[in-house]
Amino acid sequence: MNLLECKKGDKVVITKIKAKDELKRRLISFGLIKGVDLEILNCSPGKKTVEIKVDKTRLALRKEEASLIEVECEE
Amino acid sequence: MKSECPLTKNHIKIALVGQPNVGKSMLINSVSNSHLHVGNFSGVTVEKTEVLFDYKDYNFTVVDLPGTYALADYTIEERVTHNFLLYEEYDIIINVVDSTNLAKNLQLTAELMTLGKKMVIALNMSDEAKKEGIEIDEAYMSELLGVPCIKTSAVTKEGLNQLLDKTIEVFNNNFTLPKLIFSETVEEEIEKIEYYLKKHQPVCPNVYRNVAINILRNDKKTFKKLHDEPIWTELLPILIESSKHIELHHDTDDIKEAFAEEYASFIRGVVAETVKVSDEDLTKQTLTDKIDKVLIHPVFGIPIFLFFMWGLFQLTFELGAIPMDYIDSFFVWLGDVVGNTIANDNIRKMVVDGVIAGVGAVVLFVPNIIILFIGIALLESTGYMSRVAFLLDGFFHKFGLHGQSFIPLVTGFGCSIPAYMSARILKNDRDRLLTLFIIGFMSCGARLPVYVLFAGAFFDESMAGNVLFAIYVSGAVIGLIAAKILKLTAFKGVDEPFVMEMPKYRLPSLKLIWHTVVTKTLMYLKKAGTFIAAASMLVWFLSEYPKNQDIENKYATLIENAKTKDEATRLEIQQKKEELSNSYIGQIGQVIEPLFTPLGFDWKMDVALVSGLAAKEVVVSTLGVLYSTGDTTDGEDKSLQNAIKKHIPFASAIAFIVVVMTYLPCFAATTVFAKEAGSWRYAFYLFVFTSVVAYILAFTAYRIAVSLI
Repeated sequence: MNLLECKKGDKVVITKIKAKDELKRRLISFGLIKGVDLEILNCSPGKKTVEIKVDKTRLALRKEEASLIEVECEE
Repeated sequence: MKSECPLTKNHIKIALVGQPNVGKSMLINSVSNSHLHVGNFSGVTVEKTEVLFDYKDYNFTVVDLPGTYALADYTIEERVTHNFLLYEEYDIIINVVDSTNLAKNLQLTAELMTLGKKMVIALNMSDEAKKEGIEIDEAYMSELLGVPCIKTSAVTKEGLNQLLDKTIEVFNNNFTLPKLIFSETVEEEIEKIEYYLKKHQPVCPNVYRNVAINILRNDKKTFKKLHDEPIWTELLPILIESSKHIELHHDTDDIKEAFAEEYASFIRGVVAETVKVSDEDLTKQTLTDKIDKVLIHPVFGIPIFLFFMWGLFQLTFELGAIPMDYIDSFFVWLGDVVGNTIANDNIRKMVVDGVIAGVGAVVLFVPNIIILFIGIALLESTGYMSRVAFLLDGFFHKFGLHGQSFIPLVTGFGCSIPAYMSARILKNDRDRLLTLFIIGFMSCGARLPVYVLFAGAFFDESMAGNVLFAIYVSGAVIGLIAAKILKLTAFKGVDEPFVMEMPKYRLPSLKLIWHTVVTKTLMYLKKAGTFIAAASMLVWFLSEYPKNQDIENKYATLIENAKTKDEATRLEIQQKKEELSNSYIGQIGQVIEPLFTPLGFDWKMDVALVSGLAAKEVVVSTLGVLYSTGDTTDGEDKSLQNAIKKHIPFASAIAFIVVVMTYLPCFAATTVFAKEAGSWRYAFYLFVFTSVVAYILAFTAYRIAVSLI
């Protein structure tokens, strides 16, 4: 599943970044790397933007970008 | 090395690098007592700034580079950092990292370690780390990275001297290779290429190991360099094979992603060895989590933000009104005192009715400006700014704007000039141009005096704060609609991604707020004392000359023949009116008057608006000069507020406010706009665009207001 399909409060692990080139590099530089844990903190009205926490960093992503991040539930 | 020249012998040039919002500018401020602008969001520094200071026997030049998450050239500000680090001369890198978030910050450090430059790491915000129970073994970390690490805090000034001492020591020692260690697979490939390079000895400014790493991770500069070497044809097949190995190992087709993973695992290792977190409770909510629960609540978040804004404008008006009477009487008193010392009639009038009336009209609003600036400073320094960008992104997106546009737009409420510059955080040129075009619709601090003046004159005191709030909100709404129109016509294109870091909430230091507000207020006062004073003098001169002897003679006889004292007063007023409309400014006003008649303006308002193209405060000072030379002989309250209430109909006042809200920003801002947009052509478009919008909206507002009354 991708990040957009997660609920608030979910803790998941990144399995794949489907973004291309520049955006991918951008996400990587924010610490969104395969195998990293993240938590969904908040969603803005209508799930237009999602706030996630990667390690200690809080990030805001728009739904288009969130849907490019493949994740898997943590055991 | 450089000992031959005594002037440069002890000179150290430092590149200050780090991720956004780790306190680079603040660190410089603490070290050198300079005053760079700081805030709590990514992208406060958008341009490189040089700071010079002396320490011990050394002369330091610190280049404060915009924060960057990686050595990329994604946005304009990142390009500034990237190009400086790669192509310019400097002696040493100070890499500033946030001690409370090392794993992310050291990603950039790992990239810097392959540049082949001397380096020192400042483990900044160590005071915050201590509070959060984070313990860092700096000695061990220095050893593991092969780069000296020093704990610092820009707030408590801890470790600043040690940082400088270490910098001097590293500067004087020979370069040592940092210890960046990769996985076995990657190390093997690096060795292969390094061995090949060592054998053929191409000329490189960097160490061969770094060259090998950089060529493997597809670094453009290294690629270009080696591409021109004769060994390239032999190196290429080896390189392709090595890259394939690494990609296979990482299960990706993107070598840069593979290296990002390599860096990440190296750093995880270093952090695990050197950082201890005491009493870590993973389920415990941080303060930021708790505040965010309320402030970015999906339902209440936006109303809360609007409430804050409403409160700010209420305060701006209510608190700001308190000292106004004192300031007003001060300038009346000053006018009398100064007037009495000047014998020459013309000079006295110029100083009292021109300079003092004009400057006084502008200075009157200093309290309002101060409150507005405090509000903006709080928004910037607490970390709330990024939250609002998060909340509003969905809404902004509908209008074709990027959520991050919010940051330059809010800055625009203070002054358009820094707002135009901060639009650089937007990566896409189309997004950036679109944002540049609508920044002017966010009413800047200099327009506040006009609003306060009119709101106070035409509305009840209890309503004036709300009116002020309404003006700012409608300005913003007009801006959004304008953005939508531009997006559909001039700036068509695909939407850009939105990825933004949300900083931790921080309690802003009083010193910082105080400093920001004082600096901005002094700038406002300085402008009032120089630019506005000169403009007032010019307006006064244009309104007094040429002297018309005929009118003077005509009224002299009429007044002499007047039967009652009232009639004489009435005639005097009439004379002044006639003289004013025959003055240069009256003549100019009458030429442009027909253009503005549909909006219900008299020529004095026209002139005030046109003069406002120089600076928005001049609108108020011009009104001050033009109405102070009018009829103030009737013994009534002489304040400008009463004068405009008496002379300007309500509907015209509304149309006037609409024009001030929407027309071209001041000349200085337009110049910066042209520079940021890349061409004066755009400034011309901006002029046409804002003028058309202002005219149509003001006309509509005037018609509606007339029909309602």
